[in-house]
Amino acid sequence: MAVDAQTVEKLAELARIAISEETIDEVSSRLGDVLQLVDQLQAVNTDGVEPMAHPLDEVQVLRKDEVTEPNRRDEFLALAPQTEAGLYLVPKVID
Amino acid sequence: MHQLTIAEIIRGLRDKQFSSVEITSHLLERIQQLDSQFNSFITVTGDQAIRAAAAADARLAQGDAPALCGVPIAHKDIFTTNGVRTSCGSKMLDNFIPPYDATVVDNFQQAGAVSLGKTNMDEFAMGSSNESSYYGPVKNPWDPERIPGGSSGGSAAAVAAQLVPGTTATDTGGSIRQPAAMTGTTGLKPTYGRVSRWGMIAFASSLDQGGPIARTAEDAALMLSVMAGPDKKDSTCLDRPAEDFTARLNDSIQGLKIGVPSEYFGEGLDSEVGARVQEALKEYEKLGAELVEINLPHSKLAVPAYYVIAPAEASANLSRFDGVRYGYRCENPADLRDLYMRSRGEGFGEEVKRRILVGSYALSAGYYDAYYNKAQQVRRLIKQDFVDAFQSVDVIMGPTAPNPAFKLGEKNADPVAMYLEDIYTIATNLAGLPGMSIPCGFAHGLPVGLQLIGNYLDEARMLNVAHQFQQASDWHQQTAPAAE
Repeated sequence: MAVDAQTVEKLAELARIAISEETIDEVSSRLGDVLQLVDQLQAVNTDGVEPMAHPLDEVQVLRKDEVTEPNRRDEFLALAPQTEAGLYLVPKVID
Repeated sequence: MHQLTIAEIIRGLRDKQFSSVEITSHLLERIQQLDSQFNSFITVTGDQAIRAAAAADARLAQGDAPALCGVPIAHKDIFTTNGVRTSCGSKMLDNFIPPYDATVVDNFQQAGAVSLGKTNMDEFAMGSSNESSYYGPVKNPWDPERIPGGSSGGSAAAVAAQLVPGTTATDTGGSIRQPAAMTGTTGLKPTYGRVSRWGMIAFASSLDQGGPIARTAEDAALMLSVMAGPDKKDSTCLDRPAEDFTARLNDSIQGLKIGVPSEYFGEGLDSEVGARVQEALKEYEKLGAELVEINLPHSKLAVPAYYVIAPAEASANLSRFDGVRYGYRCENPADLRDLYMRSRGEGFGEEVKRRILVGSYALSAGYYDAYYNKAQQVRRLIKQDFVDAFQSVDVIMGPTAPNPAFKLGEKNADPVAMYLEDIYTIATNLAGLPGMSIPCGFAHGLPVGLQLIGNYLDEARMLNVAHQFQQASDWHQQTAPAAE
């Protein structure tokens, strides 16, 4: 099934990935190829089959709500392009 | 020295035939001389390696040496290494210096191993040819005009070129086993949950598993014994005690029942590859095993199901790469949206972007049921095929890949053609089963891999079955011409 340019633009917005005008058609076509591949799933009868998220159907492990890790904030901040006073800096969001 | 296996190196170090510093220096020199042909390393940590080797030699002298003390290895550049760039093969993380070690990395350090550096890979582990790396494609030591397989192409090529005796790698849809097949090496993907994913940069969280690539099943067993084990930092890591995976290598395989799926020998399989695999199965019969034809009826759905589930999980996992806290940030963002759009647009390669978009589509409102939920249902059917088969067989075998190594650029025009490289390996990840690839001959002059699929948590037996084949044949001892 084909994916139109409008859908690609919407997905690019959802995924926050800039897709240039020149490449939209190519991306549409490639996406269409992949979706054609996965459409084979529609032919299968899956009535009553439980979806499987985990290969061994394990459940989420819980632990006590205790602090076990040291605070390494400054080391982590050092990885960022721009920081100030322990905060990550980004362009202004609210005018 | 570079022809030695890990087992031989362990003996050689203990018998004082050579020191860790000697073998480490020798391999570092080989990397410098030869790796420009293969591009299997992204980062070589020479100084650190020599220091670690010297420390290992000191421990060996004191008689206080852990299991892999002094043994040189390398890590796929998907495992975080404290203070050493970890790129995941991507421009997005080209400047990323992790402040912590992955559990796998830490385990090898505790075991005394000496890391030579970080191996090349398809970007964010998405690929079957190692052509999508930001750092350039990896070349197959058996023919440098051909791909080594992917995504762990660097890990496989480095072992095949005898630059290092063993490497860590990861497998989400075949990324350990397929490159092992393409390069004539031995690769193992454990049962889902065996190896901690802490520090293993996530692609598809319900499919990813770390495992070894080496020259022999024995070496893979030695490495897996270090890699596997419980880890509270990974809530999907099984709480099972550490195991010695070499313990059963020498068990007899008399009476072993080998399931041969009819679906793995049909259309699309290169006839020479098929012939080598059939010959290997005959070898197993000579060793006392019994071949049992089985059916895995939902096999054809594995690739479609995977290409919904894996991209969906990837779209969630890769949303953390936003240019804010680490990694690539675009220049002069106009506003926050622009920062996200261009950091991700410029930082990610084409295949990664493609998969994120597919994943976003599969999870978006109106499509979730038809795609993601449907794929998860099919996933259970695929798993059930294996559960049924394992009622009557002990291990399943077939080809690892449908063809031997193809030429660089050959499958880039059509993403689906590339996806079909994993046609035999993908179901194993969906089901969470352990799998291996071992060399079983040549097709058109290039290595062919025999795939083994074991039952849940049955790696020790799978390794035993692989080891017995390697005792009775020498395909795994063949050396790539470029490695000589």
